[in-house]
Amino acid sequence: MMATRPDPAGLYHPAMPATWWLRKRSYFLFMLRELSSVFIAGFLVVLLLQIAQISSGEDARAAFSAMLRSPGWILFHGVALAFAVYHSVTWFYTTSIVMPLRVRGRELPRWLFTALNIGAWAGVSLVILILYLALPASA
Amino acid sequence: MSERTITLDVTRYRPHQEAVPTVQSYAIPFPDDWVVLDALNHIKDQVDGSLSYRWSCRMGVCGSCGMMVNGEPKLSCAVFLRDYFPRAIRVEPLSNFPVIRDLVIDMSGFLDKLKSVKPWIIREQEKPLSEGEYLQSPRELDAYQHFSQCINCMLCYAACPVFGLDSGFVGPAAIALGYRYNLDSRDHGTAERREVLGDHEGIWQCTFVGECSVVCPKHVDPAAAIQRVKVDTAKDWILSLVMPWGQR
Amino acid sequence: MSHEISEHDVIVIGAGGAGLRAAIAAAELSPKLSIAVVSKVYPMRSHTVSAEGGAAAVTREYDNLDAHARDTIFGADFLADQDAVEAFVAEAPHELIQLEHWGCPWSRDADGRISVRSFGGMSVKRTLFAADKTGFHMLHALFQTSLKYDHIVRYDECFVTSLLVEDGRARGITNVNLYTGEVMVLAANAIVLCTGGGGRVFPFTTNAAIKTGDGMALAYRAGVPLKDMEFVQYHPTGLPGTGILITEASRSEGGWLKNKDGHRYLQDYGLGPPTDTPTQRKMELGPRDILSRCHMQEYQKGHTFEGPHGHYVHLDLRHLGQELIDRKLPFVRELVRNYVGIDPVYEPIPVRPVVHYMMGGVHTDMDGKTPLEGLYAAGETACVSINGANRLGSNSLTECLVFGARAGRNAAEYASGMGTPTSNPLAALARDEQHRLDSQFFKKEGGSERIAAIRTEMQHAMEEGAGIYRDASSMGATCEKLRELRERFSRIRLEDSSEVFNTERISALELDFMLDVADTIANGALLRKESRGSHTRTDFPSRDDENFLKHTLAYRTDEGPRLDYAPVKITRWQPEERKY
Repeated sequence: MMATRPDPAGLYHPAMPATWWLRKRSYFLFMLRELSSVFIAGFLVVLLLQIAQISSGEDARAAFSAMLRSPGWILFHGVALAFAVYHSVTWFYTTSIVMPLRVRGRELPRWLFTALNIGAWAGVSLVILILYLALPASA
Repeated sequence: MSERTITLDVTRYRPHQEAVPTVQSYAIPFPDDWVVLDALNHIKDQVDGSLSYRWSCRMGVCGSCGMMVNGEPKLSCAVFLRDYFPRAIRVEPLSNFPVIRDLVIDMSGFLDKLKSVKPWIIREQEKPLSEGEYLQSPRELDAYQHFSQCINCMLCYAACPVFGLDSGFVGPAAIALGYRYNLDSRDHGTAERREVLGDHEGIWQCTFVGECSVVCPKHVDPAAAIQRVKVDTAKDWILSLVMPWGQR
Repeated sequence: MSHEISEHDVIVIGAGGAGLRAAIAAAELSPKLSIAVVSKVYPMRSHTVSAEGGAAAVTREYDNLDAHARDTIFGADFLADQDAVEAFVAEAPHELIQLEHWGCPWSRDADGRISVRSFGGMSVKRTLFAADKTGFHMLHALFQTSLKYDHIVRYDECFVTSLLVEDGRARGITNVNLYTGEVMVLAANAIVLCTGGGGRVFPFTTNAAIKTGDGMALAYRAGVPLKDMEFVQYHPTGLPGTGILITEASRSEGGWLKNKDGHRYLQDYGLGPPTDTPTQRKMELGPRDILSRCHMQEYQKGHTFEGPHGHYVHLDLRHLGQELIDRKLPFVRELVRNYVGIDPVYEPIPVRPVVHYMMGGVHTDMDGKTPLEGLYAAGETACVSINGANRLGSNSLTECLVFGARAGRNAAEYASGMGTPTSNPLAALARDEQHRLDSQFFKKEGGSERIAAIRTEMQHAMEEGAGIYRDASSMGATCEKLRELRERFSRIRLEDSSEVFNTERISALELDFMLDVADTIANGALLRKESRGSHTRTDFPSRDDENFLKHTLAYRTDEGPRLDYAPVKITRWQPEERKY
């Protein structure tokens, strides 16, 4: 139990400015990671709409696909992809912190664990891509 | 030894004479091996006896002398003037804390939080001292040892924007210390500590900026501690859903 | 002006190893007792935090209590009270196991038992350790455990200015609350002083800034004698310039001391033969007083290096290898890298002797009791004495625990037999103290002397006259200088008259205390006309058991310390020549 504390009346409370996240590179990168969710959510909404269009007939689907070919939408998807990659990489790094792997009693270096994660992720993505390409286009 | 002169722009706040902090500049001649704290001591002893700051061990283990040095939370006994020369050095009180005076912050809130995480061994059954020590293998020690290196210097709180926005956040050091006891093979208090650690002001406030671990002078890695507590807590919650009869 | 008086059963002054142990011991005696812990810093800032090497106790089958007692008494050059040493070694294992139960992260052997290492002057491996941060871990384990007890009430960042004595009993304290500048009054039936040492009376010390001998001066002013103050330990391995401690554990793990020719010079002083792996009590594992003297003799022979901060030798750890250094001496590596800019894995560390520990202190008995009823003391502040003329490394952390617990328990027992503390007589005493503080410090006008100037001159005078080698003329000059400084101190100038966190005031109050402590050291040394342990006189080079096998007691008078002597308690170990 503490019997002595500073007099609250004399304390100066510094306010945190709204631009705090511009002060430091690490804060800015953190905000980018948070922002990535907006783009990933946007991409998912588009995906859901696309699926909905499938049931609305061939014409609607074609029109929707045509719209997505516009430069604006391509740019959006490019940015969303960049954010998804950024988020994934930082996520894998996070995993190395949250669930450290121990090999013979010693913690695996984080960069190595992260690299292994990313490698596995790239591998799985590659398999999916190959499967996609190998599937008959008519299916 | 060569002497050069460096400028220190030091935040002053004297509650009896000013409502908001001001900056006072001092030109300090310094030898090559001086740290920022040496410069402050020089000011206090030779120039201006009214400058207030905390310090004690001058070897980076007592945790007293945390300050913002050019905007970064640092132990002022561990940063050398030569590394900033010839530019001026800005010395401010640690960010995110109320300021009592000059470079002295109010850290009483931390002491309340530290107590709230119950940073002591909790046993279901005490072993009498006559039966000797609890055995603990080097590997069991290794599991929590680096989380026990916290010197309570408050640099992690100064680096944490979540704490800056919500001073009620239990915060990096206190959570890491609570987790340190959870990991100790001698302890049975994990469930008791969950009340505080798993509270909305506990781990779930953390958005994992990660800066607490970057600035930690003792490499405690509180960010990792918090994320691991999240995983453990979530795992236990799921287990309690799947196996409500299971007692933990 | 009247003061509000807070009442407690026990007041513990100081919140380091001894203070926290005392507070917990008192708290465990009864949940009905209210225990106040008053400290000028937050507990985890206390200087115990800087202790590195370890804590000694008999925990192994190959060891026994008599061996620990004999090593301690021999190391103390027979000035230790042997009954106290016997009690100390007997309770030491229990206290260290207690600390283990409280969560201290001791280093472990493969079988899970607490590891032990060698230490200077110890005949077997008996020093328990937590890497090379033993004090840090002990302090934090004690502090965190103390948080469990709601009846331990902390007065953090409060500087005690006086003990209030009424009717021959210690009944309370006055302290300055740093947050408000107010003088607070605490009343209690028992008071335990645990404020640590006062290495800062010297210019070059391992001690933290807060080590200003406050508790010693508080007791001294309350009429309690200070015992054996002339015994000041130099640690042989501090970093030049900063005085940062490089733990003795670096030698017990196998480090070598080498002069500028790369020669392990300790073999030239009867400490050999040199062996590749450390041998107990030999070479680098000799006791600190002897190793520090060897350094000075090497310096006089011109065998030391000369650097910007004076002479130094090399502490070579390179042959130990990175793995061992990282596992057992990580803090040494961190400190040397940060503060010297070299890596001890690849380069030898420059080191020199540095003031480290005060064997002397407040005169207490084995129960921590001082001659003033109701006043207790433990840890470096106190002199029981188990350390005599030279403390063995790793006995002091254990001493904090054993005698902290004893003093805390005894104080609590005494307090619970006394009923409610009466605050009536304290009001007048507090008014007097407030008046003293106001006139000499808080509302003092004018003055021309700088605090730092007087402090620096005191420190240099102490090094000159009360250093590793002493003689009558240099000590006499130091005593004279201290009288001059005391007089000049009355003319200090205080620039800061504000109330909130006024650290200039605290510096002045600390200097006031330090001048008293310095006075007892220098005067005690001047009158001890022999060489024993850390006290080495060039004009009286040998030990004189006939005249000086006795404790010095320094009583305060207005004309300076009045010295008296008390016998040393010998039980089973008759004095013999101290040779390693």
